[in-house]
Amino acid sequence: MSQVVAKDPDLNNLLSIFNEELKDLATKIYIDKTERVIYIEVTREKIMDLAKKLLHLGFDHVKSLSAVDYPQEKKIELMVHIGSYLRVVRKYTVVIKSALERDNPRVSSLTSIWPSAEFHERETWEMFGVYFEGHPDLRRLLLPEELEGRWPMRKDFRIITRKAGEAETPWK
Amino acid sequence: MERGVVFIGEIDVFIKRLIRSLMEKKPVKDILEWAISYSLWPVHLMTSCCGVELAGAYSPRYDLERYGSLPFVSPRQTNLIIIEGTLTLKMAKVARITWEQMADPKFVIAMGACAIDGGLFWNSYNIVRANEVIPVDVYIPGCPPRPEALARAILMLQEKIRSVGVSREDLEILRRYVKNQVR
Amino acid sequence: MEVSGSQDITQELAREIFRVVETGVKEEGERLIELQIGPTHPGSGHMRILAWVDGDVIVRCDPDIGFVHRTIEKLSENRAYIKTIPLVERPSLLDTTPMTIGYVNALEKLMGIDVPPRAKYLRTILAEITRIASHLYGIGILAIFLGHSTGFMWAFGDREVMIELATMLTGARITYAYVIPGGVRRDMPQNFPDAVEKGLKYIEKRLRDWEKIFLNNPVVERRLRDVGILKPNIARILGVTGPNVRASGIDYDVRMVEPYEAYDEIDFMIPVAEEGDGYARGLIRFKEIEQSINIIRQAIRKIPSGEIISPQISRLFNPLMKKIYAEQRRVKLPSLMATLKPPKGEAMARVEAGRGEALFHIVSDGSTNPYRFRFITPSFRNVILFKYLIPGHRIADLPAIYGSLDYFPPEADR
Repeated sequence: MSQVVAKDPDLNNLLSIFNEELKDLATKIYIDKTERVIYIEVTREKIMDLAKKLLHLGFDHVKSLSAVDYPQEKKIELMVHIGSYLRVVRKYTVVIKSALERDNPRVSSLTSIWPSAEFHERETWEMFGVYFEGHPDLRRLLLPEELEGRWPMRKDFRIITRKAGEAETPWK
Repeated sequence: MERGVVFIGEIDVFIKRLIRSLMEKKPVKDILEWAISYSLWPVHLMTSCCGVELAGAYSPRYDLERYGSLPFVSPRQTNLIIIEGTLTLKMAKVARITWEQMADPKFVIAMGACAIDGGLFWNSYNIVRANEVIPVDVYIPGCPPRPEALARAILMLQEKIRSVGVSREDLEILRRYVKNQVR
Repeated sequence: MEVSGSQDITQELAREIFRVVETGVKEEGERLIELQIGPTHPGSGHMRILAWVDGDVIVRCDPDIGFVHRTIEKLSENRAYIKTIPLVERPSLLDTTPMTIGYVNALEKLMGIDVPPRAKYLRTILAEITRIASHLYGIGILAIFLGHSTGFMWAFGDREVMIELATMLTGARITYAYVIPGGVRRDMPQNFPDAVEKGLKYIEKRLRDWEKIFLNNPVVERRLRDVGILKPNIARILGVTGPNVRASGIDYDVRMVEPYEAYDEIDFMIPVAEEGDGYARGLIRFKEIEQSINIIRQAIRKIPSGEIISPQISRLFNPLMKKIYAEQRRVKLPSLMATLKPPKGEAMARVEAGRGEALFHIVSDGSTNPYRFRFITPSFRNVILFKYLIPGHRIADLPAIYGSLDYFPPEADR
């Protein structure tokens, strides 16, 4: 585990608790400059156990669930922002990052632990193509029927751009 | 028996032709156009974010009801659609169905930069231009346009009705235009 | 027999008039009817609500959103950083300033730019002015959904006072683009504090009238009390934000939890209610307007003098821009800002908009366009309440619950 030392004493307490409980689940833990965001990297098999531990520590709702597409490294990285309503830890946001393979991205759904992730997972399914196993109702949310299966937010779905001297074809 | 049926048929057709020719004559035509131009009622279809300025235009400071227009619930009993803002693919189908349900003569105002040519979102994969879906009479630029601009648009539409008119021939041109549109 | 024949005829008529589709038979022999409350309806806004009803009671509800999906996240990957500021304003058109503050805060954290104190106070004043305007819109929509058209007219008329103040400060009615990385674009004019005081006194007087016609109105109380009760632990699990969760007993407000801009130097309170029904949600919005008036008064008294743009940006000015800045206190953007190249990394910021907590996350790879821009608006987090809060109520309660949630569809679809 990485031994990060922060200036905020509450954050140091929280990081020592994380290092103790999550030591064999997470690959890497680091914080950002403002000392309010904690990043945790984890593999896709261990994400459910990590989520259960975080729920016991008091983080009880999902603020955002989405993905970032890296076509050169052949991965799609799942990015989950988690927060808490309890007074002790409400000023910290935890970001879970998990790498999935780009050809067939599948991960188990987090709705059994955090029910607030239901509509976010539907949006990630229709924009990136990530299949969540165990989701109660996985279908498209925002897009019309013509764009189903096209995964618009991936990097190989191009839209018209205005670059000097270059002609891009529109999506149709 | 047969002579009676033909006689009744002739009076029916004759009365219809008489009414149609009276409506084209000066005093009746003026009254009709005056009545249509002072009762332009828009339907309750909020397309996108310019709807906030539309709601502000019908509020006490810029009262548009004094020009005769009142937002009403049903598309079968109104004669104006105001397309405010961006038309996405899902909303374009709804706008087309609503426009087809309205009775003739009907008018369309396209409000905002997004309805003219895409505006800020011109290269998005989910929008269409407003005049590809329904034929537009008046365009209002702005992002969002001020409520006074919307009042001016209604006044321009009223002048257009009273000068150019809504004769039957205009409706034929309208129908031919609509048939040639690509969905 | 005779009875079944007439039943068939009335069912066919119902099918034609209301576009009703019969979807199946439950075990006890009851039938469910699917109602589509579509976009061309005065009580639905820019979305479609699919409600399965059994008689008069709603059994299942499914929100069909996406009618205003304008793909802002994809568009921002093809444009420079500074061109996303007007894009981020457009979803939540009622309170535009907190959204721009959030995006610009994330950009400043990524690049390491400090903001001078006078600019922080100016941003706070404008954010609170737009918060009052946004809450008045929410109250007006709640009134018109209940049929109280005087409330609708009063709310939109009072909203014009706040818009007039914002025009005096920035020059535009609703979409300002006033906040830029490093500060703000204009300084406040000389007569601004007096005009603000006049406007706030007017709003305070009107709030007393509002109590008489709306909050103490027996019809409004019958329609909103004990309707749509949201219990605190359900609100926690579903991740609801904004005045909806403060009306259920949880005091969560990002301005107190993680203060940004000038909020750590100003005293204010957070109104919290315990019941969690529609009446409490409407009442909380009135109380928040009073708190915003308090914040604006303190900020105008305490505002320090000084620069309105950070020195890291103003040293890029050419002589003409320096002259305009010295004489008129107006910032002309140097052309280098159109091709900003922040260092590689990521940054996150959160703000409290009128409807709840908004989150902004930027991933940058060192070029002029962002690699990934993710933002979540409070209305998207509240959509889940349509699925879990409405079943069990009658159809006549649907506009009352919808209005009290203050859900704005363009904000949820982004």
